[in-house]
Amino acid sequence: MTRETGAFGPFGGQFAPETLMPALAELEEAWTEAQKDAEFRAELDNMLRDYVGRETPLTYAERLSEQLGGAQIWLKREDLAHTGAHKINNALGQVLLARRMGKPRIIAETGAGQHGVATATACARFGIECIVYMGEEDVRRQALNVFRMNLLGAEVVPVNSGARTLKDAINESIRDWVTNVRTTHYLIGSAIGPHPYPVIVRELQSCIGREARDQLQEKIGRLPDVAIACVGGGSNAIGLFHPLIDDPVRLIGVEAAGEGLEARHAATLSAGSPGVLHGTRTYVLQDEHGQITEAHSISAGLDYPGVGPEHAWLMLTERAEYVSVTDDEALDGLKLLSETEGIIPALETAHAIAYAAKIAPAMSPDETILIGLSGRGDKDVEIVRDALAARER
Amino acid sequence: MSELGARYREAFAASRARGDGPLVFPFLAAGFPTPEETPDLVRAALRGGAGGFEIGVPFSDPLADGPVHQDAYTVALAAGATVETALEACRVARETQPEVPVTLMGYLNPFLSYGSSTLASETNPGESLGEPLEPLARRASEAGVDGIIVVDLPVDESDAAREVLARYGIALIYLLAPTSTAERIAAVAERAAGFIYLVSLTGVTGARDQVARDFEAFVSRVRTKTDTPLAVGFGISRREHVQQVGKLVPAAIIGSALTATIASASDGARAAAVEQYLEVVTGRRSEETGK
Repeated sequence: MTRETGAFGPFGGQFAPETLMPALAELEEAWTEAQKDAEFRAELDNMLRDYVGRETPLTYAERLSEQLGGAQIWLKREDLAHTGAHKINNALGQVLLARRMGKPRIIAETGAGQHGVATATACARFGIECIVYMGEEDVRRQALNVFRMNLLGAEVVPVNSGARTLKDAINESIRDWVTNVRTTHYLIGSAIGPHPYPVIVRELQSCIGREARDQLQEKIGRLPDVAIACVGGGSNAIGLFHPLIDDPVRLIGVEAAGEGLEARHAATLSAGSPGVLHGTRTYVLQDEHGQITEAHSISAGLDYPGVGPEHAWLMLTERAEYVSVTDDEALDGLKLLSETEGIIPALETAHAIAYAAKIAPAMSPDETILIGLSGRGDKDVEIVRDALAARER
Repeated sequence: MSELGARYREAFAASRARGDGPLVFPFLAAGFPTPEETPDLVRAALRGGAGGFEIGVPFSDPLADGPVHQDAYTVALAAGATVETALEACRVARETQPEVPVTLMGYLNPFLSYGSSTLASETNPGESLGEPLEPLARRASEAGVDGIIVVDLPVDESDAAREVLARYGIALIYLLAPTSTAERIAAVAERAAGFIYLVSLTGVTGARDQVARDFEAFVSRVRTKTDTPLAVGFGISRREHVQQVGKLVPAAIIGSALTATIASASDGARAAAVEQYLEVVTGRRSEETGK
C-alpha cells in the first residue's frame, strides 16, 4: 500500500498518526464521490452564488496603476465574499462534505480568526456543532473575532500549549480529531495538512483563479502577465494560481518577512528548509535539531511555520516564484491601496499589494498584474493603528 | 547480524518461561526534566523491573500526545534535549542490561533532521525518506537500539524508512489503533518485525482510569492476522491495567503515568520515585507498601 497519490514530487503525503489514517481514507473517498455527484456540485454552486455572493468582482485598480506608473493592476475581490475573505469558499465546501459523510461535529483551528469565523458561519447555516481551537495569545489579540464566533454559535477553545498561536491550535485540533475521529470532521483552513486536505482546499479555492481568468479575458481579452497572492499556508494563492498553471503567466507568492529574514519572520519558502509538519512534507521553519520554530508576522493569517506542500513543489519546479515583504512594507501596501482605491485590504493581502507596488513601475502599461485580494482589513484596523503610531514615534 | 527484532522475541520468550509476564516497558521522555538526569532514571527503571524501554525524543509539536508529555517535552527542549540525549539513554540501558530490548520513539521531523548538516541550503529533499534517516539508523545501531517507532510515519509511507533501518539491524515498529481497518492491519502484519505497538484507545497519550472496553476485540482482530508479538500502550498506568492486558499481550508500555511521577518528585528523589513506581506496576511491590 505504497502511497501513489497526494504527493507533489517529494512534498505532500500522509504523515499522520495511525488512528487518523482510516479517517483520511474515508475523507478522500467521500471527496472523490462528491466530485462526481452533480447534486453536490449544484448545491455548492448555489451556496457560493446565493450565500457567499460569487462570482466576486474583478476590479481595475485605476488610480493605483496610475500612481505606480507601470502595469495595469487588477484586483480579484475576495474581500467582497461573505465574511470578508476567501476562507468561506473552503469552509462551506467542507461543511457540505462533512454533512455528506454524516459527521455531526466540526472542529477547526484559527489564527487571526478569519477561518474560525468562516467555519462558524458555514456551521451555523447548516446547524452543525462547531468547535474552534485558537491559541490563547490569539484569543487575547483577536477578542472581537472570538465574540463573532460565539455569536454564530461556535465554541472557542483557547489553547495554552506551546507558543499559544496558530501552530498550537492545529496541534490541538489534531488531538481532538484523534480522540473523536468517528464523529468529527476536521475542517482545515489552508492548503496544508495530510493528503487529501491540500487537494480539497485547492479545489474549493480554485473558483478564485477560474473566475479571475474568465473575467480578465472578458474585460481585456487576454490573460494577466503576472498573478500575485500572499502565502501563509497558501490557500488563496493556490486557488488563484492553480487555474493559471498551464498558462504563460508569471506566478508570484508573497510571504511575510516579518521584522526581516535575519530576524523574526514567517517566510517559510524563502528562508526555511524541507521537513514534516502537521502531516505533510513541505518547507518548514526549524532549528538544526528539527524542532519547529516560531513564526512571526504582523499579519496573524501568515504567522505559520509551514506552507502548503504544493507551493513547495511549485517552487522546486520553478513554476512559481516566492518572495517576501516585511511588516513595514505590508503596512505601506495597506495604506497605498486604501488611499488610491478606497479599499482597506487585510494585512495578509497587503503583502501582495506591497510586492506588486515593487514590480509594477518597471513594467509596461500594456502588461497586467492580477492580485488576489484575499480579504478585507476591518479586522486589522486596531493593529494597523497601533503599528503606524509606533512607527511615527 | 542476528535476525531483526531478535532481542524482543528472546525477552518475550524468557518472560513466558519465567511466568512473570507481562513485561513492562517504561516510556521515558529523554531529557526530562534535564538531559543530565536521564541516564540515572534509565538505571532506576531497570532496578525497578523494567523489561524493556521506550525512549522518547522530545518534539516541539507532539500532536499525538496529551498534556503530560507535551509539558515534559517543552521542559526537556528548554533544558537542551536532542535526539542525541535519547540515543545516550538507549546506550545506557543497553550497557546496564544487555538483554533488555530498547526502542527509540519520536516524531519524524527531528529524525529526518538528525545528521543533516546543511539545513537552509538543502532545497531538494529527494523523494525517498530512506536516505535522510541513514545517520539516525547508524547511530541508533551503535547505541544498541532494537527498534524505532515513528509516531507520524504510517505504514503507507514507511517502506524506504523500514529498509534503511533494517540495513542497520533495527526494526521499524508499527502502530495499530482501534480505528485501523482490516486492510491496514494486514499491511502492517506483512511488514512488522520486533513487535507491533497497539494503541489501546482512540485518543492521545495519557493515563486513563480503565483499559478501553473494546481492547480485547481489537487484540483478536490483530491476532488473527499476525504472529508478531504485540505490546500495548496509551492509557496504561496501574498494576491492575498491566495484569489485565497481560492476559492478552506479552508487554505493556507505560508513559504518561511515569512522566507524571517524575514531574511530581522533588530534586534528588526522582530516581527513587521511578524505581518504586516500576516495582509497583511490575508487581514486585504491593501498592500499599509502595505508598
